[in-house]
Amino acid sequence: MSGYWAGILSILAINIIFAYGIFIPVASGQLNLGGAGFQAVGAYSAGWLSASFGLPVSVTIAFGIIVTGVIGVLIAFPILRTKGVYLVLATFAFAEVIAGAILSSEPLGGAMGISVPGYIDWYVSVIFAGLVTVFVFYLMATRFGLTIRAIHDDEDVSDLMGVSVRNVKVAAFGIGAALTGLSGGLYAHSFSYIEIQGFNALVSIYVLLYVLLGGTQTAWGPLVGATFFTLLPEALRSVLPATKNFLVTLFGETGIVAPPDESWRFVILGALTVLMMVFRPEGLVTRTMVERLQFWRPVSRGVTQ
Amino acid sequence: MSAHSPLLSLKDVSKGFFGLQVITDVSFDIAAGARMALIGPNGAGKTTIFNLISGVYTPDKGQINFAGQEISLVPSRKRIGLGLARSFQNIRLMPHLSVVENIMLGQQSQAGGLLSMATPLMGRSRWRREAEDLLARMNLETYPGEVVATLPYGIRKKIEVVRALASNPKLLMLDEPAAGLNPNETASLRDFLMGISEAGTTILIVEHDMGLVRSLCDQAIVLNFGRKIYDGLTRDVQEDPLVLEAYLGSRHAQENAHA
Repeated sequence: MSGYWAGILSILAINIIFAYGIFIPVASGQLNLGGAGFQAVGAYSAGWLSASFGLPVSVTIAFGIIVTGVIGVLIAFPILRTKGVYLVLATFAFAEVIAGAILSSEPLGGAMGISVPGYIDWYVSVIFAGLVTVFVFYLMATRFGLTIRAIHDDEDVSDLMGVSVRNVKVAAFGIGAALTGLSGGLYAHSFSYIEIQGFNALVSIYVLLYVLLGGTQTAWGPLVGATFFTLLPEALRSVLPATKNFLVTLFGETGIVAPPDESWRFVILGALTVLMMVFRPEGLVTRTMVERLQFWRPVSRGVTQ
Repeated sequence: MSAHSPLLSLKDVSKGFFGLQVITDVSFDIAAGARMALIGPNGAGKTTIFNLISGVYTPDKGQINFAGQEISLVPSRKRIGLGLARSFQNIRLMPHLSVVENIMLGQQSQAGGLLSMATPLMGRSRWRREAEDLLARMNLETYPGEVVATLPYGIRKKIEVVRALASNPKLLMLDEPAAGLNPNETASLRDFLMGISEAGTTILIVEHDMGLVRSLCDQAIVLNFGRKIYDGLTRDVQEDPLVLEAYLGSRHAQENAHA
């Protein structure tokens, strides 16, 4: 496999895990705009442990998951007291605090970043992405998943139904943070070098977009969203220059409108995002869509009165 | 609980919001097995009483006892586990959950525990089967997989009653269960509630449909401006001078003009 495709697959797998980490709290109605901060915690925990002590990758990644998960649970208690746009701002601020702390930390390389030994091949991330996908599908099928979705729809009624709303929200936030930490650890070891500039606000926004545009009602959403939005820019990378060449041969270089070249990738991505929000505000994959696509339906139990 | 003590009892319960007194010194008892109606003009405080009993609000004053226990300070989340289940005036099902998932949510207090949270609720799950059986008893077995938001009003109204029932309550509180139902649906609701009552569940309903109230409930409490003005047999309620006054406004016509 070429290095290009190996890189794409690694990033795709990491983005899927990252998206699931954001999806679980979002499915319970908690928008997390601090994804990059949690991912940075996972990446730096694993990277630092690996660079400083030369521990095996399995240990460093597990360490990254645990550290991020624990931090997720700890900050969930204060942070989940806020709601709506304030929660979004609180998570965003958390990511900025993490970025600032790492930037000014000498052991973590500051602005220089750190080189991470213990390279992992693309298939390791892909296997993890598969496992995480199965795990999240399982989670969403449990009573925990049911209560997450119930809280998303109506917190007060969930409480009256006997759901411990705070505990479920904290657990969702913590599990999500742990998965995000896993994506960070895999990133550190896949690309052998991390710098805090790579975990910026744009990363947090993108991963939230994967989840929101993919759909938050089922576990299919983040999978489809992350895949689509990771692969689309890559597809446009070759399609756009070809289109440009085609238009240039038709109209010549002197056209009034400059034909789109590769730099238009993000214009198209942005336009697509706006269109999605207008036409499919609940995301690409919705609950009703999955229902309709299910060819096998559980046989009706045929209860008679 | 002794045979004589009521299942639910309110003693001098008052509740106000920002200086507006909504409930004033309301006391009543509901005996186990009763079918009680809570009626009164709009704004009389019926839904507030429901919210006080289910724990959405804490009373400013007074006591609420349920099944031999003072519950005024029990967190709302724990009350359904004691046997208190309710429906809502405006349907409050979870719109993105399927019908059967809404019912399984209603079983939450029964399932409880960390282990049950990690148990899948797929086809063979005991909880799913019980939820489907409950739906079938309400003649809703064709709907279990449908997402609630796509269903018609009357069906959603019924599903909300079934969700409350899924917690296996001692006291079932229904806030205007017949609102928006056609006469056939109301009749089938009545028969259904009668069946639940005969199985031993105590029922408290807020309802404007006096036909349903008369045919279902043997007893009624009437509220007006947050005070109890009648507590007795349903069949006598319409001859009570205070009740007539509250509804027809012989002396307080202006205050009740929009009631």
